[in-house]
Amino acid sequence: MLADKDRIFTNLYGLHSPGLKAARLRGAWDGTKFLLDKGRDWIVEEMKKSGLRGRGGAGFPTGLKWSFMPKQSDGRPHYLVINGDESEPGTCKDREILRHDPHLLIEGAMLASFAMGAHAAYIYIRGEFIAEREALQRAVDEAYEAKLIGKDNVHGYPFDFYVHHGAGAYICGEETALLESLEGKKGMPRLKPPFPANMGLYGCPTTVNNVESIAVAGTILRRGGAWFAGLGRPNNTGTKLFCISGHVNKPCNVEEEMGIPFRELIERHCGGIRGGWDNLLAVIPGGSSVPCVPANEIIDCPMDFDSLRALKSGLGTAAVIVMDKSTDIVRAIARLSYFYKHESCGQCTPCREGTGWMWRVLNRMAEGRAQKREIDMLLDVTYQVEGHTICALGDAAAWPVQGLIRHFRHEIEKRIDDYAANPHLEPVLQAAE
Amino acid sequence: MAKLIVDGSEIEVPAEFTLLQACEQAGAEVPRFCFHERLSIAGNCRMCLVEVKGSPKPVASCAMAVRDLRPGPNGEPPIVNTRTPLVKKAREGVMEFLLINHPLDCPICDQGGECDLQDQAMAYGVDSSRFHENKRAVEDKYIGPLVKTVMTRCIHCTRCVRFTTEVAGVCDLGAIGRGEDMEITTYLESAMHSELQGNVIDLCPVGALTSRPYAFQARPWELNKTESIDVMDAVGSAIRVDARGREVMRVMPRVNDAVNEEWISDKTRFIWDGLRTQRLDRPYLRENGRLRPASWSEAFAAIAAFVKATKPERIGAIVGDLAAIEESFALKLLMEALGTKNVDGRQDGTALDPRFGRASYLFNATIAGIERADAILIVGANPRREAAVLNARIRKNWRGGRTPIGLIGERVDLTYDYEHLGAGGETLAGIAAGTHPFAEVLRRAERPLVILGQGALTRADGRAVLALAAKAAVAVGAVKDGWNGFSVLHTAAARVGSLDLGLVPGEGGLDAKSMVQPGALDLLFLLGADEVEVPAGPFVVYQGTHGDRGAHRADVILPGAAYTEKSGTYVNTEGRVQLANRAAFPPGDAREDWAILRALSDVLGHRLPFDSLLELRRKLYADYLHFAGIDAIAAGDAAAIAALAGLDGETDRTPFASAVKDFYLTNPIARASAVMAECSALANGALRQAAE
Repeated sequence: MLADKDRIFTNLYGLHSPGLKAARLRGAWDGTKFLLDKGRDWIVEEMKKSGLRGRGGAGFPTGLKWSFMPKQSDGRPHYLVINGDESEPGTCKDREILRHDPHLLIEGAMLASFAMGAHAAYIYIRGEFIAEREALQRAVDEAYEAKLIGKDNVHGYPFDFYVHHGAGAYICGEETALLESLEGKKGMPRLKPPFPANMGLYGCPTTVNNVESIAVAGTILRRGGAWFAGLGRPNNTGTKLFCISGHVNKPCNVEEEMGIPFRELIERHCGGIRGGWDNLLAVIPGGSSVPCVPANEIIDCPMDFDSLRALKSGLGTAAVIVMDKSTDIVRAIARLSYFYKHESCGQCTPCREGTGWMWRVLNRMAEGRAQKREIDMLLDVTYQVEGHTICALGDAAAWPVQGLIRHFRHEIEKRIDDYAANPHLEPVLQAAE
Repeated sequence: MAKLIVDGSEIEVPAEFTLLQACEQAGAEVPRFCFHERLSIAGNCRMCLVEVKGSPKPVASCAMAVRDLRPGPNGEPPIVNTRTPLVKKAREGVMEFLLINHPLDCPICDQGGECDLQDQAMAYGVDSSRFHENKRAVEDKYIGPLVKTVMTRCIHCTRCVRFTTEVAGVCDLGAIGRGEDMEITTYLESAMHSELQGNVIDLCPVGALTSRPYAFQARPWELNKTESIDVMDAVGSAIRVDARGREVMRVMPRVNDAVNEEWISDKTRFIWDGLRTQRLDRPYLRENGRLRPASWSEAFAAIAAFVKATKPERIGAIVGDLAAIEESFALKLLMEALGTKNVDGRQDGTALDPRFGRASYLFNATIAGIERADAILIVGANPRREAAVLNARIRKNWRGGRTPIGLIGERVDLTYDYEHLGAGGETLAGIAAGTHPFAEVLRRAERPLVILGQGALTRADGRAVLALAAKAAVAVGAVKDGWNGFSVLHTAAARVGSLDLGLVPGEGGLDAKSMVQPGALDLLFLLGADEVEVPAGPFVVYQGTHGDRGAHRADVILPGAAYTEKSGTYVNTEGRVQLANRAAFPPGDAREDWAILRALSDVLGHRLPFDSLLELRRKLYADYLHFAGIDAIAAGDAAAIAALAGLDGETDRTPFASAVKDFYLTNPIARASAVMAECSALANGALRQAAE
């Protein structure tokens, strides 16, 4: 279990003030100038040493990503863009940072911008996050007022922080769609290459990072990459915000060490599974886009990128959705399918056409109104979507369905059998009635 | 250059090539829907997926550049496969997705037989569907009188959206909604406002956007396809005329990178219904104030009787805008034989004259050369209306972002930004004198382009404006070795040819304007000239195709052949000689124009020295060598422009106005077309739209 002294987000629950004064007491903005004075390369090196992997879901090493930015500007400005479009069902970690620990984020943004030669950072906040945007804006104003950031600040590195509010589209959380939306265009993902590090916001070198990845940067640099690397397991280091929702006794957000076993995570922080461990059916361990994992496989699995990868699932955003045996798993996944159908941007063919198809078939299967051969057909359709699209939304729509079929095919078959035995849910009305 | 291995064979291509281009160079066929050579890359149909060794996922070849491929661990060239099972499966998957919501209405779809989706489904489709849900249905949109929509068929390739925004320069089309609810539409279903909108019909790979006038008229396999040249403007776009039996069913563009790339204007495309209506299909004679059908011999006899009784200097001839070189040449010879000097091929009264040299009336920079210009001055022209396809070239250059454009004349929407320098001659004089700030912009440019429109030349002070423009062009360095930027934009297909032939009044002869002064002539011969107002008095012989202004005034009507009904040579505004071919036959008793003149000459006693088109051309080529160079440009001598600049004259203070008032109604064929009439009414705001 993570010791209190190793926590980064010490105001995760909003028990203290999010304001600048309180944040400073908790350690934010402490020695920022000292860190900046160590230079660009030192910061990137330290981030690489920390082993921090991107917290937005894909788990790409953050230090490496920062190092992709051109070392010398070719005349174009560099930009840092922070992805606060937290829309993945189940995920609710970034909003806590925005609401309660915004100064960690602003400080991290300044350090990250410095490390990549950017003088401006944009944060794109999810459309539904009204209070969060206001909270962050308050913090930004405080930081400007205290001359921590701005053109002429105490750190001697001109840096501006812009808060941009989205309009509530899931696809705008995809990094290039986010850039398009930020530029005022339709939120549709761009073709890659060119990657944002070459041609990002307004055609300039840009790095897009998750809110959590940026917010932890300040503390990592203060305490040293080695400290962060000492937590967790090799290649899956540090602490992570877990968002546990669903059928646990006490759903919560909690900062924990990477690689904590699932059982420990639930027992310690969530008061156990509703109805006991025997009642656990399945877990979606990383937000709605990763395949679900059945109870017996997940219970003793360490919660980190590689261990969950081995279960053919993923840590994603560490949004753990717990489902007990009262769950209609087929309907649950069908609902997720609807979400992806609804949020597909419609740009490329497999996702536009495939998400609707998958949802419709799953919907019938949830009722049992299907043929068993359609299960394999559905699986084939998911493989036709996966990997053939411009962005990862196609993959994200396909994986939950693949997980369902992989682990709960028997459930679908049973549903189909039941329906075939008694296709009328309501008793058939007689003419005389 | 970069090396790569496509399907086992190593090739070398420029590094900026896309994979799709590289694969095609290697001889591999890559299916595509959204990719189009002349539009930006969207990469959204996912049909062009190929396998790149080392990449876990198939790659959209249209969007991946060769230089972005990583070489193998030991520096081996990257390996691309287009025929592996992975690729086949991926493409079949995409095809299946495209088809699940595509209606199975090929039997009633106008795209049937020339449909990309149909063709590629033969290669990548399967015979039955696994999709048992309801198909999506999308409401059809009204996007104007020219393009018919069946939006359920749309596969969302966005070619139409990209074309209108990038090439046509209007933001009319766009996609609303997202996911499977995405729909292509115009804002509030208003009509598109582009003169090039018909091209979206060709671009649409399926039957979502089809030609509204052509709807349900014919099937592509029934049509005889004839390659020809357009005469609706002076651009001379390459077209293909599709005819069934005697009737022209539609007009399509051909690729000609030097002229029209692969776009044509709406007038070019949708003119064909005008070829059927108001046609003159037999000779007419005016008797007691009324026209009555007559035989050819009656008509000729009436003309002969009048010619005999008329002195040569009281005879005149005006050549219209659609006349081919052949009949103009025949008319010229006939008029010479009759001994008259009153001939003019400039019914609009333009000040251009072959005596100033060929370079003085050509678009010397050439149409393709527009792309190389690095500063553009437009004088008295509205290229969007006068030559819509050429305007797209200017826009293409402007999209590069480095070409300043100045305009002297009407402040109109040209689909690109320009600096409005002034309205008339004084501003041009300022440029010529170097006092206007834009003169400096032009002078700094390496290849400045001065486009001179007919709006500035058809005025009383036309010659002075012409001289002033030449002076300006010389002053800013537009005329130099390797670059001649003095470019006259014509509006009529026949004009350059007429000027080449020297169809201007001889010494002491009358020009078109003087010929139509009351009392100037006793006999006026109009070869398809409909844009002149002939006063009461002269005996008028009208030879043409349509019952338009000229025919109404005529005393004798000789029915001729339209441009789709004869083989004729046309010279476009840049001086390019092109051959139009016969796609159908003239209606009724109508004949090819040169043959009419040849027959008439016999009756008049001045038999022209040729009995066939071949003989005519032999004489034509002997007299004017450059007409033999089909598809080539005989460049004018740039010294002519310096000489022109030396002319003097006083420009008056009236502002320049475009020579084309209504894009859709510039010639007799267009005025006979119901489609053009509707477009014109729409453009002028006379037609109420659905959304109102």
